[in-house]
Amino acid sequence: MAGPATRGLLATALPLIGKRVASGLLTLLLVSMVVFFIAQLLPGDMAQELLGQAATADAVAALREKFGLDRPAPERYLRWLVGMVTGDPGYSLVANMAVSDVIAARLPNSLLLAALSALVSVPVALTIGILSAMHRDARLDRGLNVATLSMVALPEFLVATLAVLVFSVQLRWLPSIALIPADASPWLVLRSLAMPILTLSVIVIAQMARMTRAAIIQQLSQPYVEMALLKGIKPARVVLTHVLPNAIGPIVNAMALSLSYLLGGAIIVETIFNYPGLASLMVNAVTSRDMPLLQACAMIFCTAYLLLVLIADTVAILANPRLRNR
Amino acid sequence: MTNAIRSWVKALSGSGRLGLVLVVFWLLIASIGPFLAPYDPGAFVAHDVFAGFTGAHPLGSDYLGRDVLSRLLSGARYSVGLALAAALLASLAGITLALLTAVSPRWLDEGISRFMDTLISIPSKIFSLVLVAVVGSSLPLLLLVASITYMPGSFRIARSLAVNLAQMDYVQVARCRGEGAAYIAIREILPNMIHPMLADFGLRFVFIVLLLSGLSFLGLGVQPPDADLGSLVRENISGLGEAAPAILMPAIAIATLTVGVNLLIDALTGRGRRMAGKE
Repeated sequence: MAGPATRGLLATALPLIGKRVASGLLTLLLVSMVVFFIAQLLPGDMAQELLGQAATADAVAALREKFGLDRPAPERYLRWLVGMVTGDPGYSLVANMAVSDVIAARLPNSLLLAALSALVSVPVALTIGILSAMHRDARLDRGLNVATLSMVALPEFLVATLAVLVFSVQLRWLPSIALIPADASPWLVLRSLAMPILTLSVIVIAQMARMTRAAIIQQLSQPYVEMALLKGIKPARVVLTHVLPNAIGPIVNAMALSLSYLLGGAIIVETIFNYPGLASLMVNAVTSRDMPLLQACAMIFCTAYLLLVLIADTVAILANPRLRNR
Repeated sequence: MTNAIRSWVKALSGSGRLGLVLVVFWLLIASIGPFLAPYDPGAFVAHDVFAGFTGAHPLGSDYLGRDVLSRLLSGARYSVGLALAAALLASLAGITLALLTAVSPRWLDEGISRFMDTLISIPSKIFSLVLVAVVGSSLPLLLLVASITYMPGSFRIARSLAVNLAQMDYVQVARCRGEGAAYIAIREILPNMIHPMLADFGLRFVFIVLLLSGLSFLGLGVQPPDADLGSLVRENISGLGEAAPAILMPAIAIATLTVGVNLLIDALTGRGRRMAGKE
C-alpha cells in the first residue's frame, strides 16, 4: 500500500509535524503560566474565602496548609500543573466538588453543540466562499461580501434574540430553551439545539467564508489556473480540482480559528438558551470567583484552540501538493 | 477642504458610504446623545412595562417602565466611549512595543514576541473573563481589560509591518548615518505604518464593542446604575417572549455601530488595495 510517494511524503512531513507539536506544547506551557499567575493576583485566597471573615487566624493557617496554599507560588504552580495533566485540576469551592466532576458533567454538552454547529457551518461557509471567489467582483460576490462583512460584526445576542422571536415566538416551531432531558430522543435533542446551532453558525460562517474566498482568489491569479482555463477546462472544475487543493492550507487554518470559537465563544449563546455547557460554567466561575474551576475551564479552551491549530497545520502540511510530489 | 471631503466621500463604494453615515451617526449620538434624551434615563415614565412603539415613547418602555430611547441615547456613550478608549490604548501599546522590538537586540525582540504569541493563543473572551474575575469590572478596569485582551493582536500586526520596514533602504541609510534607535523607530518606521494600523484600529474597535457589550450582557461588564448597550439587552431579556422593542433596539443599535465601522474599513482598505494595484 505504502508506495514510494507516500513514504516520501511521511519522511518530509513527519519532522515538520513534530516541530509543530513541540511548539504547541511549549505555547500551552506558557499559557498555563499566564493563567496561573493572573489568578494569583486576586487578593485573598481559597482558605480565607471558605472560612469567611470571622475565621480565626489559626483555622485559616491550618486550612492553608491542608491545601498547600502556604507553599511558595512556583511550587503551587507545579502542583497545579501536574494536577491538570493527571486529570485532577483541584477542588471547586462553589460547587463543593472536584473540578474534574463539574467539568465532566458539562464538557459533553459543549462538544455536542460545537460538533453539530461545525457540521452545519463548514459546508455552508465553503460553498459561499467558493461561489463568491468564482464570481469575483460580480453582483453575487459583492452582495455576499456585504452580507458576510455585516455578519462578522453582529453581536451574538442580536442573532439569538431574532432567532427566538422568529422561530419560537412568531412561528412557535422551536423551544426557546435548550434544556435536554436525559432520555430525550435524538429528534428532540436536535429540535432543542436548533437555535443555538443556528446562532453559532451565523457567527462563524461569515468569517470562514471570507477567508475561503480570499484563499481561492489568491490562487486564481496564478499562471497554472490560466493554463488550465486556456486548455478549455470549465471554470468550476478548475476551482474544485486544481485550485482548492492548493488553497486548502489557509482554508483549514480559518476553519480551525472559527471552530475554536464554537467552544469558548459559545458563552453568550449558552447563556441565552440556558444550555448547560462549559462556557456558561466558566461565567459562573467568574461571578463566584471560583479560581480552580476558572483556571481549569480556561486551560481546556486554550488546549482546544491549540489542538485545532495543530490539526490545521498538519492538514496543511499533508495537503500541500508540492510536498506530496517531492 | 470641503471639496477634498466631498471627493473622498464620492470615491467610497455604496456600502462604504452607508458605513460612513452609521459611524458619524453613532459618534454624534455618543457625544451629544444624553442631551437629546426626551426623559431622564433612570426615571419610571411609562404606564406599561415592555410597551411597544408609541408617540410618547418612540422605542417603547423597558422592564421597569423607563423610556428605551432615552436609555439608549445615554447608554451609547459607554459602548462607544469605552471601546474607543480601549482600542486606542491597545493600538498605541501594540505599536510602541512593535517599534521597540524592531530596533532592539534580538533577545528582547524574541522574548516580547514569544510572550505576545502566548497571549494570542488564549481566546480573547476567555482571557477577558479570567482578567475580569481577578480585577473586577469598574469602568477603568473594563477599559484596561479590553485593551490588554486586544493589544497582542495589534502588536503582531504592527511588528510584522515594522520588521519589514526596518529592512527598507531608507532605514538602512539612516542607520549608516548613525541615527539613534529612537529616531529610526519614530521618524523612519512609524510614519509608514500609520495607514494599515488605522484600519487595524477600526477592527479592534469593533471587537472591543462586541466584547464589552458581551461582558455587560453576561452581567460582568458595565455595572448598574451605569448601563451600556449590552446591559440594556441583559436587563430586558425577560421581554423576549413578548417581542419587546426594549430588548431588540439596543441589540440593533450595537449591530448598526459595528457593521457600520466594518463596512467603512472595508471600503477604505479595498480602495487602497485597488489604487496600489493601479500604480
